[in-house]
Amino acid sequence: MKRNGGQIVCESLLRQGVDVVFGLPGGAILPLYQTLPEYPQLRHILVRHEQGAAHAADGYARATGRPGVAWATSGPGATNLVTGIATAHMDSIPMVIITGQVSRDAIGSDAFQETDITGITLPITKHNYLVMNASELPGVIAEAFHIASTGRPGPVLVDIPKDVFVEETEVSFPDIVDLIGYKPTIKGNDRQIKRAVKLIEKAKRPVILAGHGVIFSEAYNELKSLAEKAQIPVITTLLGISCFPEDHVLSVGMPGMHGMAYASLAIEESDLLLAVGMRFDDRIIGNPTEFAKDSKKIHIEIDPSEIGKNISVDVPIVGDAKHILAALVELSPTKTHPDWVKRITDLKRSHPSLDIRATDKLLPQFIIKKLSMATNGDAIIVTGVGQHQMWAAQYYTFTNPRSFITSGGAGSMGYEVPGAMGVQVGQPNKTVWSIAGDGGFQMTMCEIATMVENKIPVKIAIINNNFLGMVRQWQQFFYESSYVATEYSHNPDFVKLAEAFGILGIRVTKQDQVESAINQAMEYEGPVIVDFVVEAEENVYPMIPSGQTVHDMIEEPRHSESQRIS
Amino acid sequence: MRTNMARTITALVQDKPGVLNRITSMFRRRGFNISSLAVGLSEKPNLSRMTFVVQGDDAVVEQLLKNLEKLIDVLKVSAAPSEDVVSRELALIRVSATPDTRKEIVQIADIFRAHIVGVSPDSMIIEVAGDDDKMTSLQDLLKGYGLLEVMRTGTIVMHRGKAS
Repeated sequence: MKRNGGQIVCESLLRQGVDVVFGLPGGAILPLYQTLPEYPQLRHILVRHEQGAAHAADGYARATGRPGVAWATSGPGATNLVTGIATAHMDSIPMVIITGQVSRDAIGSDAFQETDITGITLPITKHNYLVMNASELPGVIAEAFHIASTGRPGPVLVDIPKDVFVEETEVSFPDIVDLIGYKPTIKGNDRQIKRAVKLIEKAKRPVILAGHGVIFSEAYNELKSLAEKAQIPVITTLLGISCFPEDHVLSVGMPGMHGMAYASLAIEESDLLLAVGMRFDDRIIGNPTEFAKDSKKIHIEIDPSEIGKNISVDVPIVGDAKHILAALVELSPTKTHPDWVKRITDLKRSHPSLDIRATDKLLPQFIIKKLSMATNGDAIIVTGVGQHQMWAAQYYTFTNPRSFITSGGAGSMGYEVPGAMGVQVGQPNKTVWSIAGDGGFQMTMCEIATMVENKIPVKIAIINNNFLGMVRQWQQFFYESSYVATEYSHNPDFVKLAEAFGILGIRVTKQDQVESAINQAMEYEGPVIVDFVVEAEENVYPMIPSGQTVHDMIEEPRHSESQRIS
Repeated sequence: MRTNMARTITALVQDKPGVLNRITSMFRRRGFNISSLAVGLSEKPNLSRMTFVVQGDDAVVEQLLKNLEKLIDVLKVSAAPSEDVVSRELALIRVSATPDTRKEIVQIADIFRAHIVGVSPDSMIIEVAGDDDKMTSLQDLLKGYGLLEVMRTGTIVMHRGKAS
């Protein structure tokens, strides 16, 4: 049977198990759109801006573990995806992006809405394709999904000229993909694993530093078994949050620039650092020559180019976290380190990073803590980037895998609304809270209309301080409080804005309104905006300034009394 | 650790449009500096072999190899050892030549086993193959006559003992 390029794309997506595509049409991709009615199993969500489509596909992937799919037309449609693709690339998110391109004979002629999107996205995709014949489409799309979702995952873009969508051809769909230049290492090297076991045996003050890779390989049980068997405290990176239950006795939280002081100190004092599925980001290591100087380091990582990039390690193990952790669980001895565990308990007591000071003011930390309690830690939290993101990472107690979703590496403000939309589409039975900054919210708030149209009931909590808060904090700390271009002196009325979108809006200005607003939002059927007008110049503590060490940490000035929140 | 020396890296890559761009884009993004680059067909159909000469220490070269290997269109990468390899480059050199100087230039070319491949009333073209030292010495000697144009292919290397 002959099929046209558009039909081949849709059938290929269905064969890959795709159930939803986020997109927005335009001239070059129109022939693909016009085949959609033939494929009712393929749900299409029409966004308001292509950036929203890319972030939503990213959120869908983070929430489900399956590749997210977004598509857009050529030119500005494609370039509007770029922030979303870069966000996914920095955080290794499996995504397949399809863009329409001008017709083959017009490529290179500066035709209307022509942009070299494969050129533009070269450094922000794991791989990309320009498909010049419809007969290549089944192979290319199968490869795109294979590359996006295996090894270290990442976004793959497929650019398809308008006339290729129309071209008719006989095709067969490949069952397997075999790329001679792409064979990710899955199983760890036995000798290296044995060397790692020796280090675990000898260690007196070990810590595990678990990252995003634990979530990608769904190695939650293996991680927990190893931690419990060899009694190793577990610290999680920003993107590793939720891979290990934070109510576990061995959980030590997040380290680094805005991590808990005790987590950073535990790394500093450790004699063995077992890093799993993480890349020693500068936000974690600060000064690379001073980071965890006295510890032996084991680095489990699927991407060989991350090993030795920022930090040199003693035992590198290339491969999939789940396989390698399982081997370590089997081979490692049963151990206890009572002195070390007690030392960490003492650090937690002497550096109470998560205390909230007693005040009548509405503090963002208080709101997150209340949200954590009201949802019983069972919601999926999606954030933007900045102060609210750090408070969410710190004060919410994450116990379920894939329950904290945030743009880490790229730090893309504006992720919170469309990202949460994608998460909710992927997890329709979960409560999804978007914790937004008033700045980031306004970058992509148009997608609320998409949520209303498609009945996507995300609850949005704007932590509204009328500032680009994290930048303001840097100005306060490092530029003598010279607040240049960080104040939003005239934000819209977010409650009226909610009403304009046809949804519920609630404003909260006092502590005693917080709990009822959260509950009211969750009882409401559709999307909600809760405008939390918070203490404007609140700071995120602790803070290790960029490129510095744990000894340069700025902790919150000690307050005489802290709040008991119940 | 050897610091900042010239290192030669070879890569077997897919012979497809855009592959060179992917590779040079990665070099640019990661801040690797290419001193020379040679690309040509390999012994295998649909595969090309590239030879890069880069400046850097062991850590830089290791990162570069790993990042090259990460590219889907790159099949095999190796860093050439500094010994036990044959290293060659081809150059075409146009030098000013008058009837008076022609003979001297031909003599110099002979010493370097170079060939005269073109002559015009006021210049000559010399073809020379060899390693970097030989190229540089010949160029230095010809400078006195007036170097008009130098075209070099970039170095290619091959291990003496085994197939890379």
